[in-house]
Amino acid sequence: MKEEGKGKNANKFGMAIDLDKCTGCGSCMVACMAENNVPFKADESNKLDSITWMRVYKLTNGKPFPNADICYLPRPCMHCGGKGDHGHSPCVSVCPATATDYSMETGIVSQIYTRCFGCRYCMAACPYHARYFNWWDPVWPAGMEKYLSPNVSARMRGVVEKCSFCFHRYQLAKDRSFVEGRREVKEDEYQTACTQACPAGAITFGDLNNPDHRIHQLVKPDPRHGGRPQNPTAFRLLERLQTNPKVYYISSKEWVRRAGDNSIKKEST
Amino acid sequence: MDSTLIPKGVKRCPIGQFAMGLGPVSVILLWGVFAMLLVWIKGLNQTNMNDNYGFALWIWADLAIIALGGGAFFTGFLRYIIGKDELKNIINYAVLVGFVCYVSAQMILGMDVGQPLRGWFIFWHANVHSMLTEVAFCLTAYLGVLIIEYVPLILENRQIDKVPFFHNLGHNMHEIMVVFAATGAFLSFFHQGSLGGVSGVLFGRPFGYREGIFIWPWTFFLFTWSAAAGGPCFTILVTKITEAITRKKLVKDNVIELLAKISGWMLATYIIAKIIDTIYWATVTAPSLGFSFKFFYSNNAFYGFWILMLEIILGGIIPAAILITDKWRKNPGLFITAIVLAVIGVCVNRWVMVLQVLAVPVMPFDSWTMYIPSWQEVATTLLPIMGGIILISLSYRYLPIFPQEKELNPLD
Repeated sequence: MKEEGKGKNANKFGMAIDLDKCTGCGSCMVACMAENNVPFKADESNKLDSITWMRVYKLTNGKPFPNADICYLPRPCMHCGGKGDHGHSPCVSVCPATATDYSMETGIVSQIYTRCFGCRYCMAACPYHARYFNWWDPVWPAGMEKYLSPNVSARMRGVVEKCSFCFHRYQLAKDRSFVEGRREVKEDEYQTACTQACPAGAITFGDLNNPDHRIHQLVKPDPRHGGRPQNPTAFRLLERLQTNPKVYYISSKEWVRRAGDNSIKKEST
Repeated sequence: MDSTLIPKGVKRCPIGQFAMGLGPVSVILLWGVFAMLLVWIKGLNQTNMNDNYGFALWIWADLAIIALGGGAFFTGFLRYIIGKDELKNIINYAVLVGFVCYVSAQMILGMDVGQPLRGWFIFWHANVHSMLTEVAFCLTAYLGVLIIEYVPLILENRQIDKVPFFHNLGHNMHEIMVVFAATGAFLSFFHQGSLGGVSGVLFGRPFGYREGIFIWPWTFFLFTWSAAAGGPCFTILVTKITEAITRKKLVKDNVIELLAKISGWMLATYIIAKIIDTIYWATVTAPSLGFSFKFFYSNNAFYGFWILMLEIILGGIIPAAILITDKWRKNPGLFITAIVLAVIGVCVNRWVMVLQVLAVPVMPFDSWTMYIPSWQEVATTLLPIMGGIILISLSYRYLPIFPQEKELNPLD
């Protein structure tokens, strides 16, 4: 597997989602779908075969009223991988046709749709259910196809797709910076659609390797321990599996942090 | 009408009766072809698979029939490499059953991918880190070996054998078959293992994940081992079914017994390894990933401890005990029970490693997902089985598959 951070000026783009601020409004989901040409079906009631690169889960503390508490947890692709015990993403190492790859330059896990032949091994490997198979031909209501983004390819039936951290925006920002004679993309030049759309400002996006970026200050990733957050209110989903996600969650509530760590802890909150 | 094609010195039923017997099989086969066309034309939305159940009935069927087809490589290994000469009387049938199983597996894989026309990408853009890459390379190569092993049998057909070129070709192929048997055993060892590694390397799925010996997860070795144990049992089972249908004894008892005994010891050692694996996984691996053993078998409508008991006790310990004990093995009722249980045990293991792995929730706020295959999946799974029955029937009718048949069933 490739080792992260060996390239010159290696970035490690990541996301921090403040669950105390998230209201579960779903703006991030809508923005993501519109930005990335995510198709939808006439009947979206079966969530097991619909596509939502960004999905909002509802968590509850399981206690009766008046102690009941809920929390909304947006879940994009975790863009796992990097240093750590495994050092690679669950999905990248299993793809037989190298249709998904880990970028050393950005830390982003990419997906090559024209190379994917739909074996779905990556979906079986992803514990976050962040990968989606195109069970159906993509369709948009008449007229809506005019609004498709020209920067993102529409995916055909029979391939696996997923959140790319709006990678096309990175390409555009990089082009702009190069034209202006810079070799580094500024923090605000590259933001994901969900980050921009969140009305509560719950999502922060940036370079985890850059101490000047807000996300670095928020979660204080520890590179010696696979990027584990030093911020005590920050956590990553399924930390124990050592998938080394680049999506961090922040919550002041202990039960939320525990719920994200693993599924069997029985400690009281 | 077809009597000139039937091997000399053996008796076959009239062609009309033969065709009638294959009639229902052909109807189911056509149903499967219709479902297959639906899947190819309309896509995998014809199945009940979903984003949580990306692998389902087909992959289970694939893994199960490959394991059961393991009789070909292991019997070949025993016959040609170890030198168990008695097994020459069942090796033809083992190769035929293996050939059917591997063709079926390839056919299923051709339906199971979202973009079948891009299937060659697995070779062209091969990711050497992926277990599936190893599976694809070895499986394809091994199917080639099985074809090479099956061709001489076809050349032994009475009419084909009359052509000098084919006669000599068949004879020479027999002479060098040991090379292919050895190659086949090597290839099969690796792809059976890689299939075990498919779920074993999923470190994001604690139910399937196993730690490694060198670069391989333990399941790599367990799968090969269980295929070597269960495959010959399936060959024996199919032989017994053939004998029951044809109402003839086709293979002498000493041949069957030898294969069953070796199979029994393989099963006995395998099940010990499997129990050790389960204990280590339950007490070390799963807790280190944040899961309790009990968690994987509770709070759902289907997967309980019974499935573990079915796999290890009913499908492992009991048949192994019967097959390695002379007295029990010689009891026809117990013998058949053991063979059937061993086959069930291997199939349950593959089911668990494909479907239960995906059903277990991993995210703390997730829940168990259940899955019922669509009729299209069932029909297309039956399709290669029906094709296999037809191929075996035709081979039995027109090829000298069983060398002992004449001796055991003299024509007065």
